[in-house]
Amino acid sequence: MNYSNLSVAPTARAAMPPLAAKVEPVLRVSGLEVTYYTDAGRAKALDNVTFTLNPGEKLGMVGESGSGKSTMALAMMRMIKAPGRIEGGSVVVGDTDLMSLDAEGMRKARLSKIAYIPQGAMNSLNPVMRIGAQMMDAVKSHLPRESRAAIEARCKRALQSVDLDPGVFRMHPHELSGGMKQRVCIAIGILLDPQVIIADEPTSALDVVTQRQVMETIDNVKNAINAAVILIGHDMGLMAQFVDKVAVMYAGRLVEFSTVREMFTDPRHPYARALIDSLPNLDNKGVFQGIPGLAPSLLRLPSGCAFHPRCASIMDSCRSVRPEPRVLAGGRSVTCHLYDGEG
Amino acid sequence: MTLKLAIRRLLFLVLVIWAASTIVFFIPRLSNRNALRERFGELARTGGFSPQDLEKIIASMQQQFGLDQPLLHQYWTYLGNIVRMDFGYSLYRYPSTVSELIAQSLPWTIGLLLVTTILSFIIGNLLGAVAAWPRAPRWLRLTATPFILLTGVPPVIMAILLIFFIGFRLKWLPLGGAYSVGIVPTWSWSFALDMLKHQILPALALIFGSVGGWVLSMRGMGITIQGEDYVNFAEHKGLTGGRIFRDYYLRNALLPQITGLALALGTVIGSAIIVEGLFGLPGIGNMLNLAIRANDFPTIYGIVLFITIAVALLMTLVEFIYPLLDPRIKNS
Ligand SMILES: Nc1ncnc2c1ncn2[C@@H]1O[C@H](COP(=O)(O)OP(=O)(O)OP(=O)(O)O)[C@@H](O)[C@H]1O
Ligand code: SF4
Ligand SMILES: [Mg+2]
Repeated sequence: MNYSNLSVAPTARAAMPPLAAKVEPVLRVSGLEVTYYTDAGRAKALDNVTFTLNPGEKLGMVGESGSGKSTMALAMMRMIKAPGRIEGGSVVVGDTDLMSLDAEGMRKARLSKIAYIPQGAMNSLNPVMRIGAQMMDAVKSHLPRESRAAIEARCKRALQSVDLDPGVFRMHPHELSGGMKQRVCIAIGILLDPQVIIADEPTSALDVVTQRQVMETIDNVKNAINAAVILIGHDMGLMAQFVDKVAVMYAGRLVEFSTVREMFTDPRHPYARALIDSLPNLDNKGVFQGIPGLAPSLLRLPSGCAFHPRCASIMDSCRSVRPEPRVLAGGRSVTCHLYDGEG
Repeated sequence: MTLKLAIRRLLFLVLVIWAASTIVFFIPRLSNRNALRERFGELARTGGFSPQDLEKIIASMQQQFGLDQPLLHQYWTYLGNIVRMDFGYSLYRYPSTVSELIAQSLPWTIGLLLVTTILSFIIGNLLGAVAAWPRAPRWLRLTATPFILLTGVPPVIMAILLIFFIGFRLKWLPLGGAYSVGIVPTWSWSFALDMLKHQILPALALIFGSVGGWVLSMRGMGITIQGEDYVNFAEHKGLTGGRIFRDYYLRNALLPQITGLALALGTVIGSAIIVEGLFGLPGIGNMLNLAIRANDFPTIYGIVLFITIAVALLMTLVEFIYPLLDPRIKNS
């Protein structure tokens, strides 16, 4: 397989710290598990997910619809609603273990330590409140002693940093375009300089030009506050240009986690390989190929490795033995029996 | 709201009032009953004048009321009277004018309806909102259930049950009437208290009859709003539960309920007529009831039109207020 002629090559990043450097991770997720107790049965939507991120790093999280990307983000915010439950694992931001906080502590951690920019920002703003009021109440609920003027100045700064006119402050959501609403949501996300920002499909409803602008906006604000950013999305091509690391989800599991260069030049997990191969490139003249087979239902997961019915590299053990995440040389992690001997 | 839209709304209001007045004009005329004859026949029977005199009196009264004119002519006169808001004399309560009758009975009805409608709107919507709010304590969410069950009970039955148990068996409150028999209405605290006591059961009958409806519609609305992205995002922002409930959930869920309030105003009048009749309150509903029985059409016209115009005006008012509450309406 020839990966060298991909049309979407990762851009060089001189500022990126080498992986070996001693930087304290700002986000440590380990063993995270979420189950939805539906009428049809138990769906394990997140299964033993573990990874870390350093300050200033951008992670792109990809996977088919239903693979658990949003569940992952919501679990990190401790916002999984019934019938779902977080059944184990820990999320540590800086030196705060979110799972050990009480409800009030978690409320305060949201937005100030870890911010979530929701999937579907189109409907994420209250239609009957002005943008300004929706930004100010967020700040006020975390910094009750800050003066009104200071809060307002903070909100307007945030609007400016996402390239919005300060006049937006006085507008209602229905007066804004989709891209502007998305930026407002990002502006809200960065109001309190969180250490971790999660953006769930921040660009999926936008046109290509606006997509790029929003991605660049996220990039700029990330640089300004040196937060770790998790970008959730389907678009590998867009990801390739903006992220440092890529996490591939499949059926609730993190099947591969590596740097963007490793992912695009030498993907290890067979599913990740299939994803990269399916990208339009010069060989197949830009035709999107897709991956053969269907995503499995979480209620009836295949035995052993959940990917085995679609896997091109299937071995005997794959049908019966579940692979566990394995850290390979260089720090990348893969969940596949092909690498049982490595790491 | 643009000026053009406002003018369109007002024209529509005039159309509604015209249609209502026309229907109201012709319906009592379909009956062959003659209120004057009934009224004076009664007088004649109880003694006084001879049958010949009776015919003369009736004929002169007919003339005085313009009832000897062709129907279409009467209709035009009637429309003219409406424009001047002058409904003339009551046939049955002659020589009182219809306007006098309305003025006498109106305060009772407005007092009762205003208080009960506002109270049931507030109570019903709060209970419904809480019932659909997943983070409310369980006992609080269940408070709504008995009110929902009460929606099935018609206002008549509700009123009779209240009169029987609270008024008759427990003797906590008077059975009916606007104030105690034998008391002369004065501007005093003791009279006000006596009057209030007489209003409690009718008010309860009306409130119990309508709270459940608000609870049900608000709970339905709340379930929808509670899952909206903006409510979730409010929680992601780390807002306190109370603020999310008030600013993000309740405010949005209430919007359609306000339209519902405008619609409810029409039906509330219907229950008021029943309840006023059962409790013997001298309100406008009771007056209408009596006027219909006597086929006193000037009074029927007056009251029905008054109610129609009042409800139509209130609905238009709600429509003008709505854009202030929902910024999305303003531009569309
Ligand atoms: N409230 C819920 N009740 C039951 N199952 C749920 C619920 N929410 C999510 N799931 C299940 O959890 C799995 C993961 O869903 P999730 O929304 O995290 O997927 P996703 O990767 O974000 O997909 P998409 O790309 O479509 O946003 C899905 O299989 C879904 O069916
Ligand atoms: S474990 Fe086996 S089936 Fe699963 S991805 Fe690896 S090779 Fe394929
Ligand atoms: Mg999702």
